[in-house]
Amino acid sequence: MYEAIVVLPLLGAIIAGVIALVGARNRYPGASPPPVHDDHAAPLVPADHPRAAPSPPSPHAVIDGSHAEEPQTEPPAAGSQAAELITTTLLVISCVLSWFAFFDVGFAGHDARISLFTFITSGDLHSDWALRVDPLTAVMLVVVTTISSLVHIYSIGYMEEDPYKPRFFSYLSLFTFAMLMLATSDNLVQLFFGWEGVGLMSYLLIGFWYHKPEANAAAIKAFLVNRVGDFGFSLGIFTVFFLTGAIDFDTVFAQAPGLVGKNFHFLSWNFDALTVICLLLFMGAMGKSAQFLLHTWLPDAMEGPTPVSALIHAATMVTAGVFMVARLSPLFELAPVAAAFVTFIGATTAIFAATVALVQNDIKRIIAYSTCSQLGYMFVAMGVGAYSVGMFHLFTHASFKALLFLGSGSVIIAMHHEQDIRRMGGLWRKIPFTYAVMLVGTLALTGFPFTAGYFSKDAIIEAAAVGTNPMATYGFIMTVAAAALTSFYSWRLIFKTFHGEPHDRRHYEAAHESPKVMLIPLALLAIGSIAAGWPFFTLFTGHGAGEFFRESLKFGPNNTVLEDMEHLPVLISLTPTVMMIIGFLVAWQFYIRRPDLPEALARNQRVLYQFLLNKWYFDEIYDFLFVRPTIWLGRLFWKGGDGFVIDGLGPDGVSSRVLDVTRNVVRLQTGYLYHYAFAMLIGVAALITWFMFSGAHG
Amino acid sequence: MTIGLGHYLSVGAILFTLGVLGIFLNRKNVIIILMSIELILLAVNINLVAFSSFLGDIVGQVYALLVLTVAAAEAAIGLAILVAYFRNRGSIAVADINLMKG
Repeated sequence: MYEAIVVLPLLGAIIAGVIALVGARNRYPGASPPPVHDDHAAPLVPADHPRAAPSPPSPHAVIDGSHAEEPQTEPPAAGSQAAELITTTLLVISCVLSWFAFFDVGFAGHDARISLFTFITSGDLHSDWALRVDPLTAVMLVVVTTISSLVHIYSIGYMEEDPYKPRFFSYLSLFTFAMLMLATSDNLVQLFFGWEGVGLMSYLLIGFWYHKPEANAAAIKAFLVNRVGDFGFSLGIFTVFFLTGAIDFDTVFAQAPGLVGKNFHFLSWNFDALTVICLLLFMGAMGKSAQFLLHTWLPDAMEGPTPVSALIHAATMVTAGVFMVARLSPLFELAPVAAAFVTFIGATTAIFAATVALVQNDIKRIIAYSTCSQLGYMFVAMGVGAYSVGMFHLFTHASFKALLFLGSGSVIIAMHHEQDIRRMGGLWRKIPFTYAVMLVGTLALTGFPFTAGYFSKDAIIEAAAVGTNPMATYGFIMTVAAAALTSFYSWRLIFKTFHGEPHDRRHYEAAHESPKVMLIPLALLAIGSIAAGWPFFTLFTGHGAGEFFRESLKFGPNNTVLEDMEHLPVLISLTPTVMMIIGFLVAWQFYIRRPDLPEALARNQRVLYQFLLNKWYFDEIYDFLFVRPTIWLGRLFWKGGDGFVIDGLGPDGVSSRVLDVTRNVVRLQTGYLYHYAFAMLIGVAALITWFMFSGAHG
Repeated sequence: MTIGLGHYLSVGAILFTLGVLGIFLNRKNVIIILMSIELILLAVNINLVAFSSFLGDIVGQVYALLVLTVAAAEAAIGLAILVAYFRNRGSIAVADINLMKG
């Protein structure tokens, strides 16, 4: 069964990939595809061009052209429908099996460890392809396959007009496979394989519309920023192997207590071994989960198709870091310094991303920053030792954030590929169903009582309140503040999108509800956003967590966070709810009662507004600190190293000197008979002279 | 004034120099080059005959006859090549004959 869960998406990916390749071959027999006109070029195509996009150049193309999604310029690829159906069906089967696995493992307690075959055997290093299915994995399996199958279904509608559907579905399924490999890994190397696999698929899917330069830039940025994190992650794996001689989880965890207080000697420094391991591994998590300092790729990743944003950049891949910390809880539990750092980064991300989300105008970017912020929440929980609570938020967040993304996708389709919320407004009359589900998602995100987010987010804030590590108080303050901001920006999005007066008449009039195939996943996710909280609350928090997660999460003897959470004063438990209400009221005041207030505020607080609008200037700082010096260094090596030294002095220089000499020698061969005769005579005269003079001596 | 060996050798040297100068001061015609070669060979012959007479050794004169034969053969082959060349390329101007140019 577990093999089927993991392999079915791979099978779907392979079939869809074959369809895509065959289709591409038939479409462009024996040649590479012709250059595709991008949407900016479309209006320039002569009117009699048979494939010229019918839509006139949109007035906002200048402002927001980068987000206009691809108009249809080609007929859909052959076999699109087959690819959709096959991948989606296989994914749904995998999803059903995952839910069985969830109940089997989670409640019946049938953990499984299936060794498939050997991956690497080299000296002491031994790594298997293995499926480790314990409750922690089961939670991930359920989240990944459920969201993924819903996104597959949704994409059938969303990608309707795209000519490259088989490729898209192949990527989606392959992503799911990589994510499942990550979740079921039994050792660090397989985890790393899945980790890189999802990174690769993220790159390919962000750059799915590869003829858009922004999409390519975003894809490369995502890949490069993740490399920074993955560098730390791989160093962490090396350190683990160096210190324990093994990379499979059981052995490493068994040896972890022996590493306490041990020093790791590197060059001339001594580090606490476990702290170093955990910090390095967490660096990988920071990259993948877009935490503070390595977050810059996530908002840009919104260049990809919206279903991709929902699946990869909200629900699953970005939570891989959280999952990894939970999986390695036996290590983090023994490294309090690293755990405090995790809390610090998580809390900082939560507040930072929330502040940026306050002023963004792109509907997807707001949700992207919200994702970033919520991931920060999860890391706060991980840092204070409430691993199951963090996993709980991962679980609920997946459903309501996927809902918000898919809902925004529905809005974008309705507004004909418009993503700027300043141009929306009053949409609730036109797309009531999307409005309703977005409302549910927002309620869940802001933690409205008895929705999914209420249980998990409040649990995180409570865990931070009772946490014992030095950063817990900081975490508590930041998460509470971020809760108010979350509420504000979420309601701002709803109010500006769905309420008030329409700002773009033409788009407003043309707005239409999405097809059923997109609405059904939305409805299911809306149900999930409400229902994912209460039934699982006892499993993930309180005493239930220990019984549910058993060995898969390790709570040290001093870790009483879950216990303490239950004895928290009611006042503190109520804080997040109060914050949510404050955020809501402020948003209501700003965007419903006095719509002129935000602009006045932005004018008064120009510096602050620009600071937030430009995302704390992180892109600019990184550009200055890393990108420019790198380009400078690259030019130095190119011009100085390659151009001057290698081409001027090195091998190329030597060869060009030889060529110079031969060119001159060749010039001696004039071809005129008398030149040769002259040379000959000179030679004869010289020889005779020589003999005469030497003869005189001899 | 008696005519001695030196005079013969002087004539030979003058002829030789004329031949050499004829080869590479001539820019017009390949036939002139052939004639210059003949001059050089004659200069050699005069040397041979002069020394033969001076030393009283008949071998020098025999050798001179041999050179005359070779010169005749060479002139015949050279002219034949020249004719063939003219047929092929339509010119025997020295300036045009530079097919060996590198």
